[in-house]
Amino acid sequence: MLAKLSLIAHGRSGDKGNHSNIAIIAYTDVGFAWLRDHLTGEVVASHFAAMQPSRVIRYEAANVLGLNFMLHDILAGGASRSLRSDTQGKAFALALLQLEIELPDDLTGMLRTI
Amino acid sequence: MRKHWLREENSVKRVRIGNGCGFWGDNLDAPVRLAEAGRLDYLTLEYLSELTMSILAVQKQKRASAGFASDFLDVLERLGPCLSAQPNLRVITNAGGMNPLGCAERARAILDHAGLTGHRIGVVSGDDLMPQLDELLAAGHGLQHLDSGESLDSIREQVVSANAYLGAAPIVEALRQGANILITGRVADASLTVGPAAFEFGWGFNETHRDKLAAATVAGHLIECGAQATGGLWLNADDSTNLAEVGYPIAEMCEDGNFTISKPANTGGRVNRETIAEQLLYEVADPAAYLTPDVVADFTSVQLREAECDVVAVSGCQACGLTDSYKVSIAYRDGYTSAGTLVIAGPDAAAKARRSGAILLEKLNQIGLTFEATQIEALGAGDCVPGVAKPLCDPPEVVLRVAVRDSRRSAVERFTKEFAPLVTSGYAGTTGYTVGRPPVREVFAYWPALIAKSAVQPRVEVI
Repeated sequence: MLAKLSLIAHGRSGDKGNHSNIAIIAYTDVGFAWLRDHLTGEVVASHFAAMQPSRVIRYEAANVLGLNFMLHDILAGGASRSLRSDTQGKAFALALLQLEIELPDDLTGMLRTI
Repeated sequence: MRKHWLREENSVKRVRIGNGCGFWGDNLDAPVRLAEAGRLDYLTLEYLSELTMSILAVQKQKRASAGFASDFLDVLERLGPCLSAQPNLRVITNAGGMNPLGCAERARAILDHAGLTGHRIGVVSGDDLMPQLDELLAAGHGLQHLDSGESLDSIREQVVSANAYLGAAPIVEALRQGANILITGRVADASLTVGPAAFEFGWGFNETHRDKLAAATVAGHLIECGAQATGGLWLNADDSTNLAEVGYPIAEMCEDGNFTISKPANTGGRVNRETIAEQLLYEVADPAAYLTPDVVADFTSVQLREAECDVVAVSGCQACGLTDSYKVSIAYRDGYTSAGTLVIAGPDAAAKARRSGAILLEKLNQIGLTFEATQIEALGAGDCVPGVAKPLCDPPEVVLRVAVRDSRRSAVERFTKEFAPLVTSGYAGTTGYTVGRPPVREVFAYWPALIAKSAVQPRVEVI
C-alpha cells in the first residue's frame, strides 16, 4: 500500500557545511530490514531532485536501526551563505518522512509501539 | 586528592557531566537550573559555531577586548550561588571564542565580586591560526578546501578567522593545574566532555584508551546540543513532553567507558531510545568514522538501552583510529545579505506571494540593480523545502520572504527599501510590514580544511 514513510520511522536532519545529513530511524527491527532494502540512496535523491543534490550517499547504523543519508551540495551555500529560511536543512527529515512509498500491506512488527 | 567526591557505586567510579548550553543563543536559565538540580561534577557550556567564530573575529577586530560569547558572563554571574554551595563543581566552556583570555579577565572580576576568590580560571588557547596564517601557508600547510581541494589563495585576502579545533588534551592539562572554571577558544564540541572524563579516569590520548575516548566522544556528541538529547526536536514530542520545562542532558560516565544519558528529575522533555538515536546521528556523515581531534569514534558500535524512565544506558563504544590532524574552520568575507518578509492573504496566497517577490526584484532591475543571488519563498506553501514539500490546500495566507546576496553593500541596502511599497502597490491582501526595513548583514562564508597537529601549539594558562 502507498503510505507515508513516517508510519514506520522517525528521524532528524542537519548540516555539514554545504551538505545535509538526514537520519531515518526505524521503529522496529522488521521496519529496519524493510528500510534497508527499499529506502535506497536513489529513492532519496529522487525525492529531493528539485533541490539538486550533487550526490546522495547512504550509510547504515544498524545498531540504532538507522540509515544516514548525506545529500551533497544541497544547502545553497550552507549556514552562512544560503538565502533560504532553512539554511541548515533542519526540515529535510520531516520532508523525507512525508515521502509516500509502497509499504507492505501487512505492517505487523513495523509500527511504533509505546 | 579531589577524588573523594567522585561517585562510587558497585565499586565503579563515575563522573557526572551536564551540558547547560547548546549554542550561543540557547536558554539563559538552563545552565543555572541544571547546576542546581543535576548533582554535577562538571557543567559544560557550548557557545560556538562556524558562523559565531567569524562574528566574534570581526567584533575583536573592532575592539580588542571583545570577541568572546558575552552571554557566558551573565550565566557565570548567576551561577555564583551554585559555585559557592557546590565548591567541587567545575565549569568548562568554549565561550572564549576568539578571545579566551579577554573572557577570562572578565570572568575573574565576576568571581571575585561573588567572593569566589579561590576559584581558579583556566584558559585554553592556541587554536587561533590567524596570527601565523601566512607563515603556515609558506611552510606548506596549504589549508585546501576539505571538499573541493581548492587552494586558499583564492580567498586569502578575505579571510577573517582561521581556528583549529583543538582536542581534550589541553583541557586535561588545565584541570590538572587546578582550574575550577575553564574557558577555551575553539575546541571540538565533544572534547568539552572528553576532557573531564580523561582527567578523572587518567585516560591517555593513545591506542590504550582509544575505546574509552570514543565512549566519552559519543557522550559529548550526545549532550553538546543541549536539549536536543532530551526531547528538543524529537519527532514524537507532543504536549505531554512538556518542552516548556525541558531538562538539559547529563552524561554519567563510568571508568570502563559505559555511561548513561539522563536529565534532572521533575523536568520536562524525554530521554529514550528515540531521542538518543536521533541525536546520535545528528550532523554526522559516516557514522562508522566520526572524526574528532581526540579519536575516530565508531558510532555504529554503540548500544542503547532504556535503563529506566528518562535514562538511556550507552555501552560498547569503540574507536577505529586516532587522527594526526586538526580540522580548521576558516571564515572569509563574501559580500552582504538581507532578507525581508511580508504577509500575503489568500485566496491564491502562494501565487500572489511569488509574483510579489518577482515584482520587488523587477523594481530593482528597473533601476539597474541585479543581484548575485536571490531567493523568493512563499512560506506556508512548501518553500521551506522548495520543490519537495507539497502544500495540502490553498493556504489562507503565506509569508513572502525575499532574500538577496551581493558584493555591493549599497545594492543590498537599496533592496531593503522595496518591501514597504508593496503594501500599497502590490496585490490585495498584502500586509505584515510590521518591523520596518530588514537589516543588512555581512556574509562570512565557511572554508573547512585540515592541518597537521604538529603545526599547532595549544596553550594552557591558569589565572
